[in-house]
Amino acid sequence: MNVLRAAWWIARKDLIVEARSRELAYTTLFFAVSCVLVFAFAYIQDGRSLDFGPAEPVANSVMPISVTDAAAGILWVAVAFSGTLALGRAFERERQSETLRALLLAPTERAAIYIGKLASMLVLMFGVELVLVPIIGLFFDAPVGRAPLLLAGLLVAGTVGFAAVGTLFAAMLIRAQSRDVLLPVLLYPITVPVIIAGVRGTAAIFGAEPNLEAATAWMSMLVFFDAVFVTLALWTFAPVMSE
Amino acid sequence: MGRSHRAATPRVGLISVSASSLIDFTQVELAEVSRHYGRRRALARTSLTFRAGEIVGLFGPNGAGKSTMLSVIATMVRPTSGTVTYGGATAKSLGDPLRGRIGVLGHDLFLYGDLTARENLEFFGRLYSVDRLGERVEAALAAARLTERANDRVSAFSRGLRQRLALERALLHSPRLVLLDEPFTGLDDESTALLTARLRQLRDSGAIVLMATHDFENADDLIDRMICLRDGRVREVPDARGNLRVRYRQAMAEAWS
Amino acid sequence: MRVLDRLVPFLLVIAALMLFRAPFLVEAAPIESVMGVVQKIFYYHVPSAAMTFLAAFVCGIASAMFLFRRSALADQIALSAAELVVVFGMIVLVTGPLWARKAWGVWWVWDVRLTTMLILWMIFVAYLMLRRFGGPGSDVLAAAVGVFGTALVPFVYVSVRFWRTQHPNNTVVSTLPPDMAWPFRWAMASFLVFFIALLITRIRLEQNRASLEAAHLALED
Repeated sequence: MNVLRAAWWIARKDLIVEARSRELAYTTLFFAVSCVLVFAFAYIQDGRSLDFGPAEPVANSVMPISVTDAAAGILWVAVAFSGTLALGRAFERERQSETLRALLLAPTERAAIYIGKLASMLVLMFGVELVLVPIIGLFFDAPVGRAPLLLAGLLVAGTVGFAAVGTLFAAMLIRAQSRDVLLPVLLYPITVPVIIAGVRGTAAIFGAEPNLEAATAWMSMLVFFDAVFVTLALWTFAPVMSE
Repeated sequence: MGRSHRAATPRVGLISVSASSLIDFTQVELAEVSRHYGRRRALARTSLTFRAGEIVGLFGPNGAGKSTMLSVIATMVRPTSGTVTYGGATAKSLGDPLRGRIGVLGHDLFLYGDLTARENLEFFGRLYSVDRLGERVEAALAAARLTERANDRVSAFSRGLRQRLALERALLHSPRLVLLDEPFTGLDDESTALLTARLRQLRDSGAIVLMATHDFENADDLIDRMICLRDGRVREVPDARGNLRVRYRQAMAEAWS
Repeated sequence: MRVLDRLVPFLLVIAALMLFRAPFLVEAAPIESVMGVVQKIFYYHVPSAAMTFLAAFVCGIASAMFLFRRSALADQIALSAAELVVVFGMIVLVTGPLWARKAWGVWWVWDVRLTTMLILWMIFVAYLMLRRFGGPGSDVLAAAVGVFGTALVPFVYVSVRFWRTQHPNNTVVSTLPPDMAWPFRWAMASFLVFFIALLITRIRLEQNRASLEAAHLALED
């Protein structure tokens, strides 16, 4: 059976399982929305951003953030945090009945397992983002409809990058100890470029003076990152999963 | 009861080589296989041969290395030294298709709780490229006496029912090599009888069956050969007919080189 | 590996002598016009950064070799190099803010290179945490992290660089006047010798540990 077909069966199985219990969908979504709320309270007051700048502007200091910057940041932080949680939980489920082991015992190529799992994780995360974006638009009055295709492109490219690394790490940590805390410890530093690109691209769309060329440039960077890291993950998945 | 009936060559029937798989073997050999984790030695320079048409029992205290041996033979764990060959070829040279000839019934059953019995079998059947999947799934459900409950979710099954299903899942693709880790745990009488009968069937059609167990009573009438494992070292009891527990205690009491 | 054992003290002595001489050279070097004496920390800051990147590169290659060949030596090199990333990275991350404070009045500047260094440092700290807390088999997992971490460096640099264009820029003096070249090269060379000495020492430590475990196992036979 070729790799893509096998990956399809695996992804389909994951989605059926998820559709039946809906555990991941509900909890991840709820967590993402809670994240947004918590950060909103931290950064926004009366619809304006809290002023974090120093009394006199100093060269090289961080400039005070506008509401739309905060909205962009909060969106991606919520995606990253909830994504990490979903990844951890999805693989914990596989670990409990050792079904990942069963997949590894099957004659399917390892790459198929990786692609299948990545695909089902992406479906879940896109679903969460579909709900998050309107919520961000609502809470922060962010112009989410301004360049919908570009925003969607950024989210897709960024989520693929995040999930590509996340799926590999979550899978390989199944047999490790302290796995629930090690996943975020490993994942966040490595996905920093994805977050930077996602946030800056989104902020470029949301800003008072929208800069769509910049947003497109960030998206291209994300696409390139995705190509490199999916390839790297496919390359390392088989050896890292065998003891 | 069929124990003298040893099939030296594979018979078509229960062991059918599916059209897509060209790999088959009648012998699995471990040559000086060692596996250690840091200072802990799980297997120590073990050399063993398993042939088609036999059931081998693997006994030993907890932590003796039984699960490690099964994992190594299943190609899940790489030995730190030594080689495992399947009909003379290593796992590396045979590649992914080798796993299509191996069936494993693990301690944790490998079943998806949220899927139905039928869906579990279909899913794994697809991954193993099983021919005539629909027919084989129905046959497997019948063999496990689960036809009425085929559309129930596995999470609702008792341990015994799950085990029956797990066994059929492991055998769905007619593997040449069958590895079982504590298969009799928590089984009721009906399930035990089904399991024993199934294992005999497998042996008679030329499969290599390797079973790690603590259950002396059930293994007594079933196995052809006994292998005792302690601290990663192996002692073989070639003729294991009757009085298994006594033989085991005897083997354990002797000094091990 | 006797040859290496004898090499280490030799290298350490050379490194010590070179590092001993370095401050004198640095002191004699001309004072930079814009930043004054403070700029001299650059002679330690930049070589440390160079060693950090070198260590990360070594770790990445060794990790890839371990992942695919499972050679014990590759794993030992990867672990030792990762520790050196953390050590030299720490020097960079301490000297950087010290310099920034004196030069520009704030402890932290979101300079491209410093920020990249911070993220690189965090990745390799995570590598070490995985090895420490991950339990058996974490050497293979860490190798994957090592490969990713090293491959990531250009991406981090590029993304931070473009992120930075929104903030006022201040570059480190990048062209060296000739009077400064000599002490700088000396500092770089002495750090390199020191790095190699440390790396070999750490690898030998791991090798001794492995021999000890092999001896334990052999004892049981």
